[in-house]
Amino acid sequence: MEKDEVISNCKVVAIGGSAGSLKVLMHILPLFQTIPTYAIVIILHRKNTEDNTLEELIALKTIIPLKIVEDKTLLEAGHIYIAPSDYHLLFEKNMLLSLDVSKKVNHSRPSIDVSFESAAEVFKSSLVGVLLSGSNTDGTVGLQAIQKLGGKVIIQNPSNAEMSFMPEHAIKNTNPDLILDTDEMVALLTSINK
Amino acid sequence: MIEDIELEMLINVVYEYYGFDFGSYSKASLKRRVDRVYHLDGFRNFHDFLAKVRSDAEYYKRMVEEITVNVTEMFRDPLFYSVLRKEILPILGTKPFIRIWHAGCATGEEVYSIAILLKEANLLHKSLIYATDINELVLNSAKKGVFPLRMMKQYSENYLVSEGKEDFSTYYTANYGIAKFNEELSEKMVFSQHNLVSDSSFNEFDLILCRNVLIYFDKDLQERALQLFDDSLPKLGFLVLGAKETIKYSELKSKYVQFEKEKIWRKMK
Repeated sequence: MEKDEVISNCKVVAIGGSAGSLKVLMHILPLFQTIPTYAIVIILHRKNTEDNTLEELIALKTIIPLKIVEDKTLLEAGHIYIAPSDYHLLFEKNMLLSLDVSKKVNHSRPSIDVSFESAAEVFKSSLVGVLLSGSNTDGTVGLQAIQKLGGKVIIQNPSNAEMSFMPEHAIKNTNPDLILDTDEMVALLTSINK
Repeated sequence: MIEDIELEMLINVVYEYYGFDFGSYSKASLKRRVDRVYHLDGFRNFHDFLAKVRSDAEYYKRMVEEITVNVTEMFRDPLFYSVLRKEILPILGTKPFIRIWHAGCATGEEVYSIAILLKEANLLHKSLIYATDINELVLNSAKKGVFPLRMMKQYSENYLVSEGKEDFSTYYTANYGIAKFNEELSEKMVFSQHNLVSDSSFNEFDLILCRNVLIYFDKDLQERALQLFDDSLPKLGFLVLGAKETIKYSELKSKYVQFEKEKIWRKMK
């Protein structure tokens, strides 16, 4: 697809990231207006603590209401959700989010692959997967699943990422729809469904 | 990934041949774990996998091992243990005898954690902990009180955050890569198989812990399990769930008061 193309029929934008990705979110989230037609779900590798520091930090940077994820939280358009620390986040067909403490995947829980694969199964072509900066291989398998089931795959330009390994690894192993710098990403994501 | 219809076929086969009902488990997580064991064991055709499950009871057991989640740790969510230590145990301590049910205890790490708290509160001698799981193999492991020695560094850190004041290493004997926990702790534990999907209440308890088990159930099965806990709690008994679990979707919630922001509810009616 082209950089100025508008993504339509999107229900969920799933954003995965590791080292260096929080800074990207802090930059792009304040530029979003309301998102009445889709939800944003963020899966970040985060410290294994019970607190909601990441949620609080992100809530400060956006006007989009953030819902704290617990087991069987309803996924609704218009909101941001963040995978809680020390749980894998999965998507049920009835629009509920469910959690799982099974083994770490790619040394991570939450794992981006687990959430991306699960979201792809439910949302198919109405899913947009975004992979940001990071220094491990998590996310690639998930993006492959999104692509296979008709969703859009967007990867942060490695030269624009603080940690280039994760986006580079994903670019090598998928056929991304777009590889974008942070600013281009804002332009594309804020035009979704418009 | 396996297809939804394949998962349904497996659920039917398991129910028909072994009487175990996975039908009310959270599908996304179950499907992922079935898909994992299917590929791990080298199957190429789902019908071969189904035939194996149907005809080989040992293989069925292995599959259930793999798809039920047994990941646990000592003093998981240490701040919760600190609240249990400081706020809940003193209330339970006023009773002549303390009955605790740990439902879905897996390999027992949290059962030993509770026993350590009881011992430090000088309550272990008058307590009994019933620890149950659907999975016989993990119960056998839990009974032994033997955990990997390499985990002790993290567990002793958790223990410190839970405001433990002793030298954690006095609770176990280290030997060839394993840590064997003192029998003084396990003397007050009773391990038995119990299935939250189909079994009923078997006693009354002052405290029921069921952490990170309900997340694998759909809302209907969660309601059944919560009803089972409610049937097993007297008025003023405590129910403890995992860090991201809640009773707020349950019809029972009006009977309970949440203890501050913790995942601890007290039965008031």
